[in-house]
Amino acid sequence: MALFEEIAAEPSESVPVRRVTISVNGERRTADIEPRLLLAHLLRQGLKLTGTHMGCDTTNCGACTVLFDGKPVKSCTMLAVQADGHEVTTVEGLGGASELHPVQESFSDEHGLQCGFCTPGMMLAAKALLDEVPDPTEDEVRWALSGNLCRCTGYQNIVKSVLSAAQKLQGQSPADGS
Amino acid sequence: MYPSRFRYEAPRSIDDAVGLLQAGDGEAKVLAGGQSLVPLLKLRFASPEMLVDINDLPGLDYHRADPDGTIRVGALCRHVDLERSALLADRQPTMAAAAPMVADPIVRNRGTLVGSLCHADPQGDWASVVTALGGHVVAQGPDGRRTIPIGEFVSGPFQNTLAYDEIAVEAVIPAPEGTPAGGYLKLERRVGDFATAGTAVAIETSGGVVTRAGIALTGVGGSTIDAVEAARVLVGRPLGAEVIAEAAALAAQAAQPKSDHRGSAKYKRHVVQTFVERILTRVGDTTERAA
Ligand SMILES: Cc1cc2nc3c(=O)[nH]c(=O)nc-3n(C[C@H](O)[C@H](O)[C@H](O)COP(=O)(O)OP(=O)(O)OC[C@H]3O[C@@H](n4cnc5c(N)ncnc54)[C@H](O)[C@@H]3O)c2cc1C
Ligand code: FES
Ligand code: FES
Repeated sequence: MALFEEIAAEPSESVPVRRVTISVNGERRTADIEPRLLLAHLLRQGLKLTGTHMGCDTTNCGACTVLFDGKPVKSCTMLAVQADGHEVTTVEGLGGASELHPVQESFSDEHGLQCGFCTPGMMLAAKALLDEVPDPTEDEVRWALSGNLCRCTGYQNIVKSVLSAAQKLQGQSPADGS
Repeated sequence: MYPSRFRYEAPRSIDDAVGLLQAGDGEAKVLAGGQSLVPLLKLRFASPEMLVDINDLPGLDYHRADPDGTIRVGALCRHVDLERSALLADRQPTMAAAAPMVADPIVRNRGTLVGSLCHADPQGDWASVVTALGGHVVAQGPDGRRTIPIGEFVSGPFQNTLAYDEIAVEAVIPAPEGTPAGGYLKLERRVGDFATAGTAVAIETSGGVVTRAGIALTGVGGSTIDAVEAARVLVGRPLGAEVIAEAAALAAQAAQPKSDHRGSAKYKRHVVQTFVERILTRVGDTTERAA
């Protein structure tokens, strides 16, 4: 795979390049990368998975959140080499336009997004929560998402979306109440 | 932002890691959770020639209690493990209270307690907790292991006393002799923010009397503050309102806050006093009820 022509000149011979194999959204991907490459850049520039957003680039906003072996991490704060031999899930791995994941569906139904910048990170953090706690309380949702910032929604509808996704995943529609 | 170039190694044994640090001759850095180091690399506040990633070292992700009650936290035990720990909830109230207040949930998935101690940020929560508990760090270097009391480990803002070829392998909290009690309170502007002010209180009681006490302060000085005198007045006495007020006032005196965007020095001092009083009052109420 070509190495980040977008961000840097092809490294010279003297620059150590490492071969990594990462399972990205269930697919084995191999790349020769410089160790200083961040996971977010590998995903975005290298693998063209631009659903992972870069917001602050300083580990504060959570827009770059991906699942690393199932757990949310900030991909702007991990080296891509560290993902060697591990599993990474990005928003593209949740579902595609034709077949949305229940979390994606709920964000759409409940207006859990406005500009959409924070949304991939929000949804992945939400999925990780629901994998562990299938029936979270509102407080648990707010707590789990507290590392993800949203400048638009005021969070209200994001929380609603996650609660609704929880019900969907448990096989009941939100309209059923209970 | 991109870090400057470095050589990357991910050794599989502590001995190999130490060997790499030795070969690095002072130009290598340990990478643990990366939640402090990677941002520094990106800002190029740090430009090591080599990173020794310890995440593949086996058997360091533990936290456990020895039969005598000593608590050990391995170098790869993440904040989240401590946040969810039944062991701490059961036995170590100061640590249990602090764990959910460190950073935000995503950072807690990666960051480590030991890494936080090594980072020695005056605003780091764990250094205060371990100071209040009288803990120490076990370091491993080419000549084997040594124990460094936390007061000698953190030597200043962002400075620790590890040799360049040493790895901190675990943090140790000594076994309590009495019943451990205490807590951690932190004022933050929003979730994930560093402390405007934080206070760690760790005491042990026996027969309603305080037998050991530690109080340490976060974010109100150039380094973690060990409020020794505030802790000393508690020892040998039952936790009454008077002694609590005395300790809280002494803790506020020990603070060396600076006015900044998080608040004025006077305000932070007041927060310290209020927090120490609050934790001790709560502990006092519980011990009274138990006695
Ligand atoms: C948005 C954000 C908010 C945060 N908020 C808080 C907060 O509120 N309170 C708080 O306390 N912290 C906070 N942190 C910091 C966080 O807790 C870090 O996890 C912690 O400071 C460092 O731990 P780490 O494992 O990530 O270490 P790393 O970043 O990997 O390393 C930090 C330093 O310690 C050294 N080091 C690490 N482990 C070892 C070892 N075993 N042996 C020798 N040297 C070692 C490294 O070389 C480096 O110099 C925050 C971080 C972020 C990004
Ligand atoms: S871009 Fe990674 S946390 Fe903001
Ligand atoms: S929808 Fe715009 S930042 Fe969240």
